[in-house]
Amino acid sequence: MIPAAFDYKRAGSAEEAISLIGQYGDEAKFLAGGHSLIPLMKLRLAQPTVLVDIGRVKDLSYVRDAGDHVAIGALTRHMDVEKSPVLAQHAPLLAHAASHVGDAQVRHRGTIGGSIAHADPASDLPATTLALGATYVVQGPKGKRDIAARDFYKGFLESALAADEMLVEIKVPKMNGAGWSFQKFNRRAQDWAIVGVAAWRNNGTSGVALVNMGSTPVLASAVSSALSSGASIADAASHAADDAEPQGDLNASVEYRTHLAKVLVRRALEEASK
Amino acid sequence: MSITEERTNNVIGQRMLRREDPALLTGEAKFVNDLAIPGALHLAVLRSPYAHARIKSIDVSDAASMPGVVAVYTGKDLQSTWAAPMPCAWPVTPDMKNPAHYPLAVDKACYVGDGVAAVLATSESASRDAIDAIDVVYEPLPAVIDLEDALSDRVVIHDAIGTNTSYTWNLKVEAAEGAVDQAFKNAAFTVSERYVQQRLIPMAMEPRAVAAVPQPFGGDVTLYSATQVPHILKVMTAITLGIPEHQMRVVAPSVGGGFGSKLDVYAEELLCVALARKHGAPVRWVEERSENTQATIHGRGQIQNIELAADKDGRLTAVRVRLIGDMGAYLQLVTPGVPLLGAFLYAGVYDLPQAYDFSCTSVFTTMTPTDAYRGAGRPEATYAIEVAMDALARAMGIDPYELRKRNYIKKEQFYDASGNPTGYTAFHGLNYDSGDHLAAAEKAMQHADYVALRKAQATQNVPGARKRLGVGMTSYFEMCGLAPSRVLASLNYGAGGWESATVRVLPTSKVQVVTGTSPHGQGHETSWAMIAAEKLGVAPEDVDVLHSDTAIAPLGLDTYGSRSLAVGGVAIAGACDKVIDKARLIAAHQLECAAEDLQFEKGTFSVKGSPDKAVPIAAIAFAAFTAHNLPDGVEPNLEAQYTHDPKNFSWPFGTHVCVVEVDTETGKVDVLKYVAVDDCGNQINPLIVEGQVHGGVVQGMAQALYEEAVYDGDGNLKTSNLAEYLVPAACDVPPITTDFTVTPSTTNQLGVKGIGEAGTIGAASAVMNAVIDALSGLGITTLDMPASPNNVWKAIQAAQGGTK
Ligand SMILES: Cc1cc2nc3c(=O)[nH]c(=O)nc-3n(C[C@H](O)[C@H](O)[C@H](O)COP(=O)(O)OP(=O)(O)OC[C@H]3O[C@@H](n4cnc5c(N)ncnc54)[C@H](O)[C@@H]3O)c2cc1C
Repeated sequence: MIPAAFDYKRAGSAEEAISLIGQYGDEAKFLAGGHSLIPLMKLRLAQPTVLVDIGRVKDLSYVRDAGDHVAIGALTRHMDVEKSPVLAQHAPLLAHAASHVGDAQVRHRGTIGGSIAHADPASDLPATTLALGATYVVQGPKGKRDIAARDFYKGFLESALAADEMLVEIKVPKMNGAGWSFQKFNRRAQDWAIVGVAAWRNNGTSGVALVNMGSTPVLASAVSSALSSGASIADAASHAADDAEPQGDLNASVEYRTHLAKVLVRRALEEASK
Repeated sequence: MSITEERTNNVIGQRMLRREDPALLTGEAKFVNDLAIPGALHLAVLRSPYAHARIKSIDVSDAASMPGVVAVYTGKDLQSTWAAPMPCAWPVTPDMKNPAHYPLAVDKACYVGDGVAAVLATSESASRDAIDAIDVVYEPLPAVIDLEDALSDRVVIHDAIGTNTSYTWNLKVEAAEGAVDQAFKNAAFTVSERYVQQRLIPMAMEPRAVAAVPQPFGGDVTLYSATQVPHILKVMTAITLGIPEHQMRVVAPSVGGGFGSKLDVYAEELLCVALARKHGAPVRWVEERSENTQATIHGRGQIQNIELAADKDGRLTAVRVRLIGDMGAYLQLVTPGVPLLGAFLYAGVYDLPQAYDFSCTSVFTTMTPTDAYRGAGRPEATYAIEVAMDALARAMGIDPYELRKRNYIKKEQFYDASGNPTGYTAFHGLNYDSGDHLAAAEKAMQHADYVALRKAQATQNVPGARKRLGVGMTSYFEMCGLAPSRVLASLNYGAGGWESATVRVLPTSKVQVVTGTSPHGQGHETSWAMIAAEKLGVAPEDVDVLHSDTAIAPLGLDTYGSRSLAVGGVAIAGACDKVIDKARLIAAHQLECAAEDLQFEKGTFSVKGSPDKAVPIAAIAFAAFTAHNLPDGVEPNLEAQYTHDPKNFSWPFGTHVCVVEVDTETGKVDVLKYVAVDDCGNQINPLIVEGQVHGGVVQGMAQALYEEAVYDGDGNLKTSNLAEYLVPAACDVPPITTDFTVTPSTTNQLGVKGIGEAGTIGAASAVMNAVIDALSGLGITTLDMPASPNNVWKAIQAAQGGTK
């Protein structure tokens, strides 16, 4: 569990971080909470030669009411997302999903920005923000741009972030009292999801996204279209895996995963409709 | 006289907090890796990425020239260093095949993780970096991961022995020849079941760690190791490396769990000692977690075929067992003996006539060697008989508890006609010291509210029910307190089973207890102090317990097999008796009376009938130290050594009941209730007993629901970290109700039996019986462990005629 040698730089601001990353190029990586990156480095599956630590960029840790949406700084820890009163009121689905990330230690270190930037299909927050129709604000040497969550995830651990860009903010539309549900199915209580579902429903509209059902987080559009054309919950749920290309692993065969997605989407919609 | 009758000091039986815990809980306890050893070199081991491969060439030149690297060795380089191959102490049959096994492979790597080269460097990271720079050319050979495939010798792993079969061991006991066949022929009911004991990874919280420190002159070496067996390790290191035994000292500092995985002699221990001597510098090594999953032994790994024959009432008339044991790539210290530790237990707690036919064939595979893992052979045996009993109950259409009641060895059978305790001599000739299975079972059933559960089940498990309720039980016997030396001799084990203790009353009347047991989480310091305090009438705080250093405690056979209390604790009581006997002579001298006229109570000798003529043991200790006025023939100092060789195993028993709910849509099993009623005889410290039961139950439950070492077809371990190998965490554990019956052992003065493995022995089958019970209404009668959601779902699909 000893990583390969690397250099360590600490950034005081987003600008400094971006310029450091630009300076060291491909071999450098941002370090936020370190709870995805460090395990990979210890297994020597990742061997960056420079780490640019953004963990102490304090002004990127916030949850703010921004009118029609909630703005969340990329360096906000999972625990602060979970406990945020603003989110409890306006996007309870996200706060609840954050409470299901790993264990308390993980939630005190890991950041929402790190989770999204890492683009792990098995992570809870990428799929949840996807279901909620979030927008990610990224900053590069030439300034900021917005990327819709649905355009962000490009492949397994791959995103639309350029190498010299940093995720700085997540904008989550307010849920306006929508019914919601977060279903996380795992074998041990604090594990990653074998399959997870984040879903909400409000006056004929809905959003459903799947955790660990392919190489990226998956928006289950077929479920939402079925619902909007009047399908019953059970019928809509039968389309749960239409947009997914799940893989088999030690915990679930492809077939079982597909089945689970249907069951969990049905349960999520039932709960969100209460 | 037994201590239960003589007890006056009320120390034994108290729920005392463990004195070990403050240091452990605050991080102050020192494990091997916490030891500051100036100038130490760091060892790293390059391991084979192939399950089976010929080593064509190894180029170490790049690695050797890296900064900080002191030396790089291949197996060939070190071949002349070993005086003998790595030890296997249990040649279970005269013709057992045991391929030579060296700390580094020479021509061939036989499992993923087999060491092929070693680096010594000035820092841990330099040693780890250099490993990646060693260039090995392998010729990959086919992996052998299936036991039946191994048996076929399609691919022979060890050329020198020409077969993958290590041994076949039989235990056939028949009242008359042909009794077993006859019983099966005449049986009203038979069942024939096949179970797979999946491989498990012991996963001690502290991985292994080693540091060897040579003395500058004279050749003495101190070996620090995260081991359960410093004494065995000392002898074996001396033999394997050709070092005079008196020059080896082994110390086990704080050790973070073992579960059998540290009951071994490992390559890295030998490498550290050999290289420390060669380089004249300390050499240390600490195992990485993923490395631990490959380089430290695995447990279980058996295919079990069990057949039961029963008469029309369900009384067992014969048991037939065929095992295939997975040895892994090599035989470690007691690998071949593990299945045999269960060989006597396949009739469980039942009154079987002499019609028993057990045979085990053990094979080599290209996987990590297996060896003892909590329960070692006994959980496997208990699982087979207890799951088969449920199958028999189903075949007969009767309640599984009713079936067990018809078969339990009865309480009366442990006594002779006039009520004297004789123990129960079983069909195989071993004597079960004491037991009352029905009492333990009844208590467990009351806690579980069995009758109500069955009613609730009938209401809940209707066709189409999304969640089905299941109830499972297990009644077990554990053969523990390893072991009577003579019995070990009959099993060809390479050592005895005694344990040693020294008790020393210091001039100021504080007490030192020196034990040959070697704790790694069991709380021996607390419990042993309680035993000595009880016997000597001193406060437990005034007793210090010394252990786990062969220079301080030179005699011992260490800790495993639930032996520490039943053998080592009893040795301490025996040493206390000798101390008291000696003190009595001095007291009689001082009080000018006959020794027989003295009574010893609450730490004071007094003349029977005249309580004012008294002298406390403290005063005697001081008198023994000054030696100014001792009776003739009595040596100074108050100290005694005693070695206890048990007359018999101790046989704890009990009944566990598990209640589960299975979600038929997802296949997920929720344990709603778990009741463990155990009987380990007298309890020294009930708090520690409960802790042992909790941990054991969770480990057994983990086998049933979570854990499995998974290999792919090429022999790669797929579960090599804690994200993939699912050890349950605290939040995954259901509430466990523990209760006890107390049936003292009749074969030791403390009346104690072991409790370290009992939970594990009972739990896996109780959980699986519950899961199968929940699903039997769907036509499911058998299910492999672990009952993971995917496996359960698949079984349900198959039973419902799905296309899965
Ligand atoms: C034991 C354990 C259990 C876990 N369980 C779960 C779980 O159940 N569910 C779950 O969702 N997650 C889980 N996680 C992952 C955890 O949530 C991580 O914290 C999270 O995925 C990554 O966030 P981080 O801040 O730690 O990122 P880091 O590990 O620091 O970084 C991850 C990657 O993102 C990049 N990065 C980080 N921040 C930015 C940024 N602002 N802009 C651009 N790139 C950036 C880094 O360069 C790196 O490549 C678990 C982790 C552990 C160790």
